[in-house]
Amino acid sequence: MNVDRITEKLNILADAAKYDVSCASSGSKRKNENKGLGNASNGICHSYTEDGRCVSLLKILLTNHCIFDCAYCVSRKSNDVQRAAFTVQEVVDLTINFYRRNYIEGLFLSSGIFKDADYTMERLVRIAKKLRTEHNFNGYIHLKSIPGASDELMNEAGLYADRLSVNLEMPTEAGLKLLAPDKNQADMIKPMGYLKNAIIQRTEEKKIFKKAPIFAPAGQSTQVIIGATPENDSEVLQSANYFYKNFNLKRVYYSGYVPVLADSRLPALNTSVPMVRENRLYQADWLMRFYGFKVNEIVNDSQPHLDLDIDPKLGWAIRNMQAFPVDINKADLQMILRVPGIGLQSAQKIVSARKFAKLNWDQLKKIGVALNRAKYFITCKSNEFERRDLTGSNIKQFILATSQSKYLKNTQVQLNLF
Amino acid sequence: MMTTLIYDGTFEGLLTAVFEVYDRRLGRVNLQKSDLGANALFEDKMQVITDEARANRVLKGLKQKISSMGVQRLYAAHLAEMDSDANSLLGYIRYAFDSAVNIEEDYGNRFVMRVSEMVRMVRREKHRMEAFVRFQKLKDDTFYAGIEPDFNVLPLLIRHFKSRYADQKWIIYDLRRKYGLYYDLHHTQYISLDFANVAKPADVIAAFTEDEGIYQHLWKNYFTSVNIPSRKNTKLHVRHIPKRYWKHLTEKI
Ligand code: SF4
Repeated sequence: MNVDRITEKLNILADAAKYDVSCASSGSKRKNENKGLGNASNGICHSYTEDGRCVSLLKILLTNHCIFDCAYCVSRKSNDVQRAAFTVQEVVDLTINFYRRNYIEGLFLSSGIFKDADYTMERLVRIAKKLRTEHNFNGYIHLKSIPGASDELMNEAGLYADRLSVNLEMPTEAGLKLLAPDKNQADMIKPMGYLKNAIIQRTEEKKIFKKAPIFAPAGQSTQVIIGATPENDSEVLQSANYFYKNFNLKRVYYSGYVPVLADSRLPALNTSVPMVRENRLYQADWLMRFYGFKVNEIVNDSQPHLDLDIDPKLGWAIRNMQAFPVDINKADLQMILRVPGIGLQSAQKIVSARKFAKLNWDQLKKIGVALNRAKYFITCKSNEFERRDLTGSNIKQFILATSQSKYLKNTQVQLNLF
Repeated sequence: MMTTLIYDGTFEGLLTAVFEVYDRRLGRVNLQKSDLGANALFEDKMQVITDEARANRVLKGLKQKISSMGVQRLYAAHLAEMDSDANSLLGYIRYAFDSAVNIEEDYGNRFVMRVSEMVRMVRREKHRMEAFVRFQKLKDDTFYAGIEPDFNVLPLLIRHFKSRYADQKWIIYDLRRKYGLYYDLHHTQYISLDFANVAKPADVIAAFTEDEGIYQHLWKNYFTSVNIPSRKNTKLHVRHIPKRYWKHLTEKI
């Protein structure tokens, strides 16, 4: 092994892949039944980058050579960067050896387009196939589908990969036209449509024939870049909602644009990464997927942007004061989930614990409720509760005043979900 | 009158203590791991002698009262080895025995709540170890990792590592508690290693395969490459990987 050469390739091709933010390795159910190597189920973060992101997968490009010229991408044809390409065997060896040392959960393989879509996709698929069939590898494999790849290759990819993704890149077609003139949305949507149907069909087959092969068990996901084009949050979330509904996507990732290139179509190089906005979009996304919120309740024509100062759940609550206060000891789970300061786990615990006895403030706090926010919206077994008739904007001010700088929009801190 | 029970800190010891509580109809009890010798004047003190048969009887009874998941959670909480919390475990078990209904989800009760917190802490440590173990390949093809977890989580790691690394021999060694797990491609067993023989660092390095250094080097490079400097957030980084874990993390050494 030529260590220097491999090191150089790894540096170039990991660096070029890092702007794809998705790193999830969960949602698959691949077991180690053949006494081979690995399994894919739990989605472990093995390390964290210095910017606090999870490192779960070996995330690399097969090559950063590309025939396209997408404005936002460091690998675009017209950018003067060092180019490199791995061989199939090199990617396989790196994956296996990193996995055996417990560095990673598996491989996330993407690529610039060399020659054409199928030529590139065929190599990605070959790597996945080699890992599965020659190395008995059951770890997680996420393949990026190359827009415009044929159905046959997508089908084969689904047989070996746990997750497949096609990046929409821009939230709207207009945005895409502006920044990625070589791409068209139809080419991206076609493989998504194919996968959606294939996944449904294979899942049905699997119900009938236990031995039927598993097909992309962790489903498909996509990524949109935020802040490179002028779409508002409503357009971003409506579009995400559309793809969740129509293509059964498991995840939509929102990637705050990191200015890496000077281009008149793009934000200037000194623009800061819209990290708070990115975080608010994730929070809104969670509300849609786990908390039973409809997209229109979070953003709409009169409310096109998420409030950067407060999370979208608090935002909804103060716009809908008529729904509160909620009696913690009586309200149904759906309503408890809508209370600011109460997360999924706390809501579950409340509903379980109140069967034994009514809960008071102290117990709610122990259960994990963030009372500094929740107290304005709930009553419980106590005579003490917020009696003042506060308006939504009062509450917002109180909460902002009692929480530290983490709610202020200009900090560079990445926030937690609720 | 308060009775102080001294037990050996094992799970069986804890269950035996429960047996004594009911056998001797004790009221207020203070359970502690070692004899602290404090104000012996006004209290009863008793040494609990761990007894497997008695422990098993208690365990059987407990399984009638709470689910098997609940028993597993109690065991996990016990692995926190927090001296001051032996009484929470005892309180939980007594509450479970004394209630007509299953109390596992009664989070309004302080023992149930405390046990659930302990379980959360131990499970978090278990998950951290599943993430932070870094194997190094030895010349005989065994993969070795040293760990120093906050809690005694080695017993909870068996299932995960055995099913994941079924086709390689591995050792995970708890350097703080001085025992380890060894998987020989078929079974796992507890082992202890004598590090006295490998006093010289050169001996340790010589035991690794040649490509071990190469892959460590590549992994460190990878870790540096994926960082996005314009998003730097040290606070978040350290919250995810507290500094005490760094010395066993290849990418942080
Ligand atoms: S096709 Fe992909 S790799 Fe090529 S320039 Fe566009 S985004 Fe970059």
